[in-house]
Amino acid sequence: MADLQSIARRIRCDIVEMTTRAGSGHPSSSLSEVEVLVGLYYGGILRHDPARPDWPDRDRFVLSKGHGVPALYAVLADRGYFPREWLTCLRMIDCPLEGHPNMRRVPGLEASTGSLGQGLSIGLGIALAARLDGRDYHTWVMLGDGECDEGQVWEAAMAAHHYRVDQLTVIVDRNGFQQTGATADVMNLDPLPAKWQAFGWQVREINGHDIDEVRSALEWARQEGTSRTLSGSGPSVIISHTHKGYPVSFVMADFSYHGKALTEEEARRAREELGCS
Amino acid sequence: MLVGESIGLKEGKATRVAFGETLVELGHEDPALVVVDGDLNNSTRTDLFKKAHPDRFFNVGIAESNLVGVAGGLASCGKKPWIASFAAFLLCNAFDQVRMSIAFPQMNVKLVGSHGGISIGEDGPSQMGIEDFALASALPGFTVVVPADEPSTRALVRQLHAHNGPGYMRTGRPNVPIVYANDAPVRLGKAHELRNGDDVTLVACGLMVAAALEAAALLEREGLSARVLDVHTLKPLDEETIERAARETGRVVVAEEHLCYGGLGSIVAAALARRWPVPMRFVNLKDTYAESGKPRDVLVKYGLTAEDIVAAAHQLIPKPILSPA
Repeated sequence: MADLQSIARRIRCDIVEMTTRAGSGHPSSSLSEVEVLVGLYYGGILRHDPARPDWPDRDRFVLSKGHGVPALYAVLADRGYFPREWLTCLRMIDCPLEGHPNMRRVPGLEASTGSLGQGLSIGLGIALAARLDGRDYHTWVMLGDGECDEGQVWEAAMAAHHYRVDQLTVIVDRNGFQQTGATADVMNLDPLPAKWQAFGWQVREINGHDIDEVRSALEWARQEGTSRTLSGSGPSVIISHTHKGYPVSFVMADFSYHGKALTEEEARRAREELGCS
Repeated sequence: MLVGESIGLKEGKATRVAFGETLVELGHEDPALVVVDGDLNNSTRTDLFKKAHPDRFFNVGIAESNLVGVAGGLASCGKKPWIASFAAFLLCNAFDQVRMSIAFPQMNVKLVGSHGGISIGEDGPSQMGIEDFALASALPGFTVVVPADEPSTRALVRQLHAHNGPGYMRTGRPNVPIVYANDAPVRLGKAHELRNGDDVTLVACGLMVAAALEAAALLEREGLSARVLDVHTLKPLDEETIERAARETGRVVVAEEHLCYGGLGSIVAAALARRWPVPMRFVNLKDTYAESGKPRDVLVKYGLTAEDIVAAAHQLIPKPILSPA
């Protein structure tokens, strides 16, 4: 999987470069998501075709933690959903790449998010539409861990189990930090896996920076989704343990980088650590 | 009946019932129509759709936020969701979800807030939707509709369904008088003149349309002729028809079952301030919550009757005219 690792590095280099150029954004929240996005978009998991972003049978990926969108922009650009030049105007006037996802301006975005807590409900609606239309696409929703403070997440979790939508997978980017501190200090989420289990979900926990573990968990979710449909055993969640800012040492060490772009100097150090060309 | 008996109006069904029945018909015509409910279907009357089209009906429980988000997801896949709850819960509880999951991406979702206004009576202020015009109108791209009676509800539900884009419709709990003949000639986005007159224009929506007709009859006894406009579509507003009425009558009273800030009165006043300013008065809920009571008693105590509209008109019309020979 060295190939996927090098892709992940490339995506991280883009994240640092584009957010520093923009002078704002959430690079640390983006960096923690990267292996999951790479696993989905390059690992043969997500059924998609960049040339046909409206393909009715495509899998849907909803980034509920909308502030982490620079990582997704970098992936979508690299996969050819839109020109790479767009990355250079992130967050600038007239640029389709806004601070948070606007699905009406960017091919490949399945939802407009940025007010936390809403993506799983949207994903549930998408999954119910698949059932109504007799389509077999899979719906993936990435939540932040801090986002799980939102009551709507649990309304949707309960409903997804109630409706037995098996072709629905949540990935919780469990980086342990939210805007003002550790999730354990701000609002304790533990025991997070037990909570999802109690809501009727199949749970897997992984090291979200180990690309092999990521791929096999995504594979499990996709294939088990199909077999679960037969058994009616409910949707699945992957709790992806990550580090905010990974693997940039000084960003990982300081949660106050949330919502802050790196300075030119910090970006230079980060790109050096990452081994960007 | 709450209003309109004095002028011989016949009682029709509640607008929520007319909505529910029309939704069943539309469900037969359009397989993309789906309904999402927050466990109030026997109140909002989407229970009728549930019986007719159970495979396209989802009750997500008492969870308005999720309800709205699910509708957004369904719409993103080409479904045409109608979602209904009490106006107070659908818009007030889930406003952020309406904003983010429907308005911002301009999803083709129709919201129906039932139990609008204070005429629900006994259940009291927690159940009364009195902020919904302001909230729904604030959302970019939203079409906002408040039908007056059973026939016009049927017509407007159909027209709103045919409109591609987000929309909000308020329905009411009580049976209301029929102000339109069975084939109500209402057109989405067009104010409808129910009565011609020269001395004052009475602009109204919902239940207050019948009250305005009653007020016009009362004014007629004093020798005053009142024009009555049913402005069932608050947004986009039919500014031309309203401007013409203001030019021709010189005075406008706006009546609505809504709070005084941000509703039909505010919307009409803003349009006339720009196009043709005239003296105006407003019959609405005066920056307060109402209370429990029999619907008629609540309407009387909080100033939403034909007599209140007449009193507002009197404030605009010079006294000499008030003393017929």
